Amino acid sequence: MKAHGTAHKYGDNVDTDVIIPARYLNTADHAELAKHCMEDIDAGFTAKIKPGDIITGGANFGCGSSREHAPIAIKASGISCVIAATFARIFYRNAINIGLPILECPEAANDIADRDEVDIDFDTGIITNVTKGRTYKAEPFPDFIKDIISAGGLLNSIKKN
Amino acid sequence: MTITQKILAKAAGLATVRPGQLISAKLDMVLGNDITTPVAINEFEKNGFGSVFDKTRISLVMDHFTPNKDIKAATLTKQCRTFARKYDILNYFDVGDMGIEHALIPEKGLAAPGECIIGADSHTCTYGALGAFSTGVGSTDMAAGMATGTAWFKVPSAIKFELSGKLPPHTSGKDVILHIIGKIGVDGALYRSMEFTGSGLSSLTMDDRLTIANMAIEAGAKNGVFEVDDITREYLKGRVSRPYTEFTADSDDDYDDVINIDLSEIKPTVAFPHLPENTKTIDEITEKVPIDQAVIGSCTNGRISDMRKAAAVLKGRRIAKDVRCIVIPATQSIYLQCIKEGLAEIFINAGCVFSTPTCGPCLGGHMGILAEGERAVSTTNRNFVGRMGHPGSEVYLASPETAAAAAVKGYIGSDIFAL
Repeated sequence: MKAHGTAHKYGDNVDTDVIIPARYLNTADHAELAKHCMEDIDAGFTAKIKPGDIITGGANFGCGSSREHAPIAIKASGISCVIAATFARIFYRNAINIGLPILECPEAANDIADRDEVDIDFDTGIITNVTKGRTYKAEPFPDFIKDIISAGGLLNSIKKN
Repeated sequence: MTITQKILAKAAGLATVRPGQLISAKLDMVLGNDITTPVAINEFEKNGFGSVFDKTRISLVMDHFTPNKDIKAATLTKQCRTFARKYDILNYFDVGDMGIEHALIPEKGLAAPGECIIGADSHTCTYGALGAFSTGVGSTDMAAGMATGTAWFKVPSAIKFELSGKLPPHTSGKDVILHIIGKIGVDGALYRSMEFTGSGLSSLTMDDRLTIANMAIEAGAKNGVFEVDDITREYLKGRVSRPYTEFTADSDDDYDDVINIDLSEIKPTVAFPHLPENTKTIDEITEKVPIDQAVIGSCTNGRISDMRKAAAVLKGRRIAKDVRCIVIPATQSIYLQCIKEGLAEIFINAGCVFSTPTCGPCLGGHMGILAEGERAVSTTNRNFVGRMGHPGSEVYLASPETAAAAAVKGYIGSDIFAL
């Protein structure tokens, strides 16, 4: 599996309240949630992204609430992958469980600049910064998590087993 | 092994576990609220799970946007209610008997020492105060939990907090946990457990412990857990009649770090915007920070001792002009107790509104949204950008006593307890 897109860079501790503010949690509709993705940290987010684009964040990306609406909003907005130095643990689980690709890679998170073009090979964990001509290696997932991802999420993996 | 590792080993049917190990654990309770449950129901139904694993081990609490704040919220609650009826969910709590989930679940005896609990709400870590392993997950994990009664976990390593001494006046569990988050940061315990033990435990009430465990997530922790003692056992009397298991850790060598906290050195502490780690002790706040609103309540600080501490400050006093003070007991039983003890009268005479239970303002849901440029002192758990309303508003986290004193003064500052 591969991804390619423009990076949109954010800092440390991007919390789920800014990814999808609670005032929009009165719906579980994916398209509706996507309309408000990142609204409180970057009001122009939905207007500037193209399908396949990538979000980068610093440490503790997705901290705060357990709302699965956060990775759902990101995925439904067309983002192909989130790269961060570290992820908050509930966001990490939720992203894996719903099939939003994420990669933990402090080097890439630090070095990739806003608007850089990025290629990702999920099988090898190699992230290529096309703009800067540099590559980074993300931590590979444990086999258990790879199985969930390849099944298309947690519930598919449960049904399969 | 740590306390958490022992509980997870038991839940996974293993003699031992080690940090980093991936396990499948049996669940004693699966929890959801009116925001997260509909997403779980959609996944549950889309994937054709025709039954729940145990109708007595699922708790659905309608607390975030209820009493329903708008038509969309009403639709979500209706979906939960329909699901609860269809599967005959025993512990379904709607308006009239609901409370804020993390105050209600312990109160109803639905969490006990040694149990393994997941909840589609990040503050599910609260029940660690009772010696349970309890952690927040998302809606898909909740759907899987309702269908199979199991969840996958990566076994966490842990930080041990060795508590000693006794809290001084004007401080409580909230000041302890804000102090700790200020010290280790919002990702200081990322992926790990925070385990609380030591001679200082004997001076912490169950309400103090519930507040401390509640905010373990704000340090990034997977869970927070307290060693069980007589205070825990006393709390469980009359609430939990099923057998439960108390676990203690083997040795300090099982921990990544041991951090000593002398409770007698804790001071009233306030977290400034926009992260819970931006803490200052009250004596460090040299300027006066004017406030527009004070919120006293939430899963962090809406219990009876919180109400009593706020009332002790507000008794015979008035909220400052131009400040709105919103007091929200976390459950119906606490609400009733406030009326019986005369606390409701104290709040109303002081100029507060006194609401029935809801998470409402904590997450900017309803019942106290902030406008642009407004500032609140709040006994809740998060002060992120836009948390309680407009992204240009500000939230300062504090204890009920500090929030009440600030509401009387009209500002947060070093002299607020000189009333």
